[in-house]
Amino acid sequence: MKAVAVIGIGKTAFGAFPDRDLRSLAVEAGQKCLADAHVSASQVEAFYLGNFAGPSFVGQNHLAPYVASGIGITDVPCTRFEAACASSGSAFFHAVSSVAAGLYDLVLVEGVEKMTSQSTPKVTEILAGAGDCSGEIRVGATFPALFAMIARRHMHQFGTTREQMAAAAVKNHANGAKNPLAHMRKVITMEQALAGKPVSDPLTVYDCSLISDGAAAVMIAPLERAREFTDKPVRILGIAQTSDQVALDMKEDITTFRAVRMAGERAYRMAGVSARDIEFAELHDCFTIAEIIATEDLDFVAKGQGGRYALEGRTCLKGERPVNASGGLKAKGHPVGATGVGQICDIVTQIRGDAGELQVARHSLGLAENLGGSGATAVVTILGAA
Amino acid sequence: MSGSPSGAVYTETVVHMAPEQFAADAPYQIAIVTLADESRRTVRIAGERVYIGDAVEFIEERNGIPFYRKRV
Repeated sequence: MKAVAVIGIGKTAFGAFPDRDLRSLAVEAGQKCLADAHVSASQVEAFYLGNFAGPSFVGQNHLAPYVASGIGITDVPCTRFEAACASSGSAFFHAVSSVAAGLYDLVLVEGVEKMTSQSTPKVTEILAGAGDCSGEIRVGATFPALFAMIARRHMHQFGTTREQMAAAAVKNHANGAKNPLAHMRKVITMEQALAGKPVSDPLTVYDCSLISDGAAAVMIAPLERAREFTDKPVRILGIAQTSDQVALDMKEDITTFRAVRMAGERAYRMAGVSARDIEFAELHDCFTIAEIIATEDLDFVAKGQGGRYALEGRTCLKGERPVNASGGLKAKGHPVGATGVGQICDIVTQIRGDAGELQVARHSLGLAENLGGSGATAVVTILGAA
Repeated sequence: MSGSPSGAVYTETVVHMAPEQFAADAPYQIAIVTLADESRRTVRIAGERVYIGDAVEFIEERNGIPFYRKRV
């Protein structure tokens, strides 16, 4: 297996863009990435696209060549990956695997989603397609409802409080306010977070990530060739994708994401590091409780202590191990298919030392965790300075 | 229906923001219940609000949705 590096990144802003369509967002991110990597479209040997529900959100199928041709990439394999909110994490995992195996040298990986052209009830319905439509969804569960039931159980078993969950939202909003590409650049207080409009008890709007449009792209290459393209290659030290049951009621214990725990263990082993070596992370906070559980599943903190860990401020920008310095899905936005690759871009920006006001103090080893559905897919990636 | 007619609430939530097809029902409560054979299923709750640990019983299936209520 060859060592693999990220040699370029490109992102659009995340937000609600009524005058932009899916392809224009994806093309913008792809072109920015080509420029950043000093690679031309004709040099790209394969194109991997993460997208959750383009056919449902905008009625377009056959998305990989549709986007790639807009960037100027033709004549090569162009493939779409769908794994709910982990769609582009999965595309990235498979792209890295193909370069590591020696199939290609220059691969462009993208994620894109265009969500805001649909009403919130319609978006809720489309997102519910990532659950088990013959069981939980048919009964009336939404994604907020599934995570609300996870939160209730976590509160019941470990004494996790609404204040502890709200602390994750307050932190992520504080970070997002400083991120020029974030969807919601607004600081919120603990009082506001606790008084939010109920979505699915105990979750309020401030516990839920945003419905966003956006795209993100990364260029990968064998590490041995990385310096032909960039002075600041970032090495993929460990990466793993895992899976679990789709239906929440099929999981033995819903206070943990088994897929995340296993992906974390494999990624740590591959990288030859342990949780305490990780200096900062981008975790999949589709809901505040998901960030809290991720800190437990990745061994940042003991099981059941994630809520306290969030409230104590140890994951803040100036804390011992910043989590979601970008603002996370909560404030940066969550264009579902773009989220996984977007996290990789954010980690690379930090490792390069280019994060400006959001730069974390220690930035040589970062981790990204991308979760699909209520935990049926997980991708964990560990990146470090090359 | 399959499984046991009664069980205990493993977790629950009240859905305020519903998907399009259930918008008229909101707010409504759903729960994951643990049945006597230890299997779990996701169900709709009718009547009184239930909490983790409450005993519930099957009432009926409406439009393919199993409805349960608090056992008194």
